[in-house]
Amino acid sequence: MAAIHLAINGQSYTVDADPQTSLLAVLRDHLNLTGSKYGCGEGQCGACTVLIDGKALRSCIIRAETVAQKQIITIEGLAGGDELHPVQEAFLAEGAMQCAYCTSGMIMSAVALLHRNPHPDDGEIIDFMQGNICRCGTYPRIVRAIQRASKRLAGAGKGGAR
Amino acid sequence: MNRKTPLETIIEPERCELAARPLYHFDLDRREFFKFLGAGLLVVPVLKSGALTQESGGRRQWQGDALPQEIDAWLHLGENGKITVYTGKVEVGQNIRTSLSQAVAEELHVGIGNIELVMGDTQLTPFDMGTFGSRTTPTMNLQLRRVAAAARDVLVGLAAEQWKADRRRLLAHDGKVTDPQTQRSVEYATLVKGRQLTERLPAADPLTPATKWTVAGQSVPKVNGRDFVTGKHRYAADQTLPGMWHGKILRPPSFGATLVSLDSQKAEPMDVTVVRDGNFVGVAAPSVRQAEAGVAALQAQWKSEPQPSSKELFDYLRQNTVEGRDPVGDGDRIDTGNVDQALVSAEHRLKQTYTVSYIAHVPLEPRAALAKWEGDSLTVWTGTQRPFGVRGELAEAFRMPEDHVRVLMPDTGSGYGGKHTGETAIEAARLARAAKRPVKVVWTREEEFTWAYFRPAGVIDVASGARSDGTITAWDFQNYNSGSAGIRTYYEVPNQRIVFHGAHSPLRQGSYRALAATANHFARESHMDELAHLLGMDPLAFRLKNLKNERLRAVFLAAADKFAWGKQKAAPGQGFGMGGGYEKLGNVATCAEIRIDSKSGDLKVVRVVSAFECGAIVNPDHLQNQIEGAIVQGLGGALFEAVEFDNGKILNPRLSAYRLPRFSDVPQLETVMLDRKDLPSAGAGECPLVGLAPAIASAIFQATGIRMRSLPLIPHGLKTNPGF
Repeated sequence: MAAIHLAINGQSYTVDADPQTSLLAVLRDHLNLTGSKYGCGEGQCGACTVLIDGKALRSCIIRAETVAQKQIITIEGLAGGDELHPVQEAFLAEGAMQCAYCTSGMIMSAVALLHRNPHPDDGEIIDFMQGNICRCGTYPRIVRAIQRASKRLAGAGKGGAR
Repeated sequence: MNRKTPLETIIEPERCELAARPLYHFDLDRREFFKFLGAGLLVVPVLKSGALTQESGGRRQWQGDALPQEIDAWLHLGENGKITVYTGKVEVGQNIRTSLSQAVAEELHVGIGNIELVMGDTQLTPFDMGTFGSRTTPTMNLQLRRVAAAARDVLVGLAAEQWKADRRRLLAHDGKVTDPQTQRSVEYATLVKGRQLTERLPAADPLTPATKWTVAGQSVPKVNGRDFVTGKHRYAADQTLPGMWHGKILRPPSFGATLVSLDSQKAEPMDVTVVRDGNFVGVAAPSVRQAEAGVAALQAQWKSEPQPSSKELFDYLRQNTVEGRDPVGDGDRIDTGNVDQALVSAEHRLKQTYTVSYIAHVPLEPRAALAKWEGDSLTVWTGTQRPFGVRGELAEAFRMPEDHVRVLMPDTGSGYGGKHTGETAIEAARLARAAKRPVKVVWTREEEFTWAYFRPAGVIDVASGARSDGTITAWDFQNYNSGSAGIRTYYEVPNQRIVFHGAHSPLRQGSYRALAATANHFARESHMDELAHLLGMDPLAFRLKNLKNERLRAVFLAAADKFAWGKQKAAPGQGFGMGGGYEKLGNVATCAEIRIDSKSGDLKVVRVVSAFECGAIVNPDHLQNQIEGAIVQGLGGALFEAVEFDNGKILNPRLSAYRLPRFSDVPQLETVMLDRKDLPSAGAGECPLVGLAPAIASAIFQATGIRMRSLPLIPHGLKTNPGF
């Protein structure tokens, strides 16, 4: 066991965990931040996606101790109090979910995409989001939600990530 | 039109989905209800089969305190105006929490925000067989509308009594009863204050016709959507309890292996609890990693028996039939006219074989359960489509009465027919009993791919005969193992023989979204396309010539119209195809366009038009979501999904080895929804899937001249097909 220091959603945490423990397991099992989901354990489905220094990465294949010096944002840290992030709003507005188990990861990936490319076309969205699986098949709605959030963010004149 | 054709009145229960009502019933007592729910109005519907039919009108009141046991939902209106509806149905992403709330809001004339649905909690909700077979909308939606209408009726009656007014002129709206003549109005909550009112339903409540719906029929957003976009919702895998441990199971090296010996010496000194109970070996520990380490420290010897492999699958199914195993009754075999004679005398004959592979549901949330014992009472949180079925499994596994078991089902990360069983519930409960603390078990993706169950594989032989004018005269359809859902033909054929042959399945198999209807439609509709080509007819014209069912004709025509079927000549590398049919009270027709890249040889489905009709539409946006989702999911099984196995081992139990549809696979999706307000609403989760595979196969034939008769059509890409 080792003490791992992590900065998550603007807060500092110290976790006593096996150094091999994945960031996803630390989030879910040690910190009770269960918004990030396990779907495959091999970085194939994107349900566990979090932002690490603004980049969308798969927390299931990242050892927690390797991101000790970085800023981590999970789905729980995206909204500002009661005010949802524009991407969250857009997913609701477009009904871009069914069972919604993929939704956290989809939203985190979308936030990273819009941060990097505020005005993606459909093809760029599809390319960027290819690593996130929605088994219920709501892909067309997710593309529409990202387009909607892009317009909203452009209108508000702010970037995609907090 | 004739609404009573056999196709529309017979609902085929699916194999593996039959479940009797339990022998054991709780005693229900109205005093207990109000103690739990608080004062107010309680509406409990009696099923039609109950004492209801013998009632002769008059004020409907309880005799004494005993409530009838044969009930399937209840509604409580509290003194605070809060409406709580209890149903054993569950939410797995099909958005029925929303559509059922709409039904209640519509009939009770209240805002949807005042309604809470308690779903799939075996202690609080009435028994329900499970959420499958597209049955929620035609049964529970209707039932809740009746319940809510009865509640409204009572409330209007109470106001009439209070005001000594003629109830016929009173209006219920917006949570109030109003007298338009005197302008008086009273809140529902006020009417029930301090009272303990019970009501059961009259034989037939007048329901609001679909043409007058204001809440139902609208695209209401997912009622608890905010909890999902913020990560706040707790799925089964997210549940925790103080002092909870995590469980891991030692899996056999192959299917059918039995445990010979177990040495747990190396695990014992660890901070773990090891359980061996028959073939079950599991470890509970404070963390997942410790539980994994505990399992890794176990030394087990297993005895394996040789098992069939995927390469010999279809011969194996033919050679290992078990006749009469299908519980569908007359679905096993249909014999009309004289097929053999009609085949011999037919002007044109065609005989072909179609196959489908096993595929996996791959719900993105794998099976998960958290179990807690208090004395000899067990509580389990788990994601399942059959909470009462899982309660029964637990009671059986632990040899305890069902009323000592409570199963709760948080809204779950999908099922698609794959979560009918309670494996993780039993595993977690067994470990929790030994560890003397709550234990959570969450399956890995590999466990989900290996130890859950699959959509049945199958072989279908079709022989047909037709006249040169396009009239089908003979239809012989024999299905091995994939199931009898959707096995009947909706085309008019005087001489038919349709047989389902059950088989010993090499893999554990069970329900799946649309189940056998996908296989049966693939075979039937592909064969229709082949017959049309044999006869030199347009596939749409050929279908219409043999189709009388007006609802089906309507969807075929609607899809063809939207697709501009027959108005465009296929360019090189381009192909058009269609398929359609009838399943679970819904009607679908699907047109697909495929393109083959001339350089790479890659195939892409570029456009899919679906025309769908399932009676009166309850929520257009969610219906469209279900249709699109069915098409996207259907692409996987049609094009590339297949479970490969060898001698009792799954060879591709990972997402890196089992390809699922992703963003780039999605074609342009167009849907035509026919809203039949004159017909009862039916479910939509399954039917829209069944026309896709034959439409794609036919489109591939048009583009390449290669007829593909096995699903998936191109598991390793089109280029690897020997004919390409």
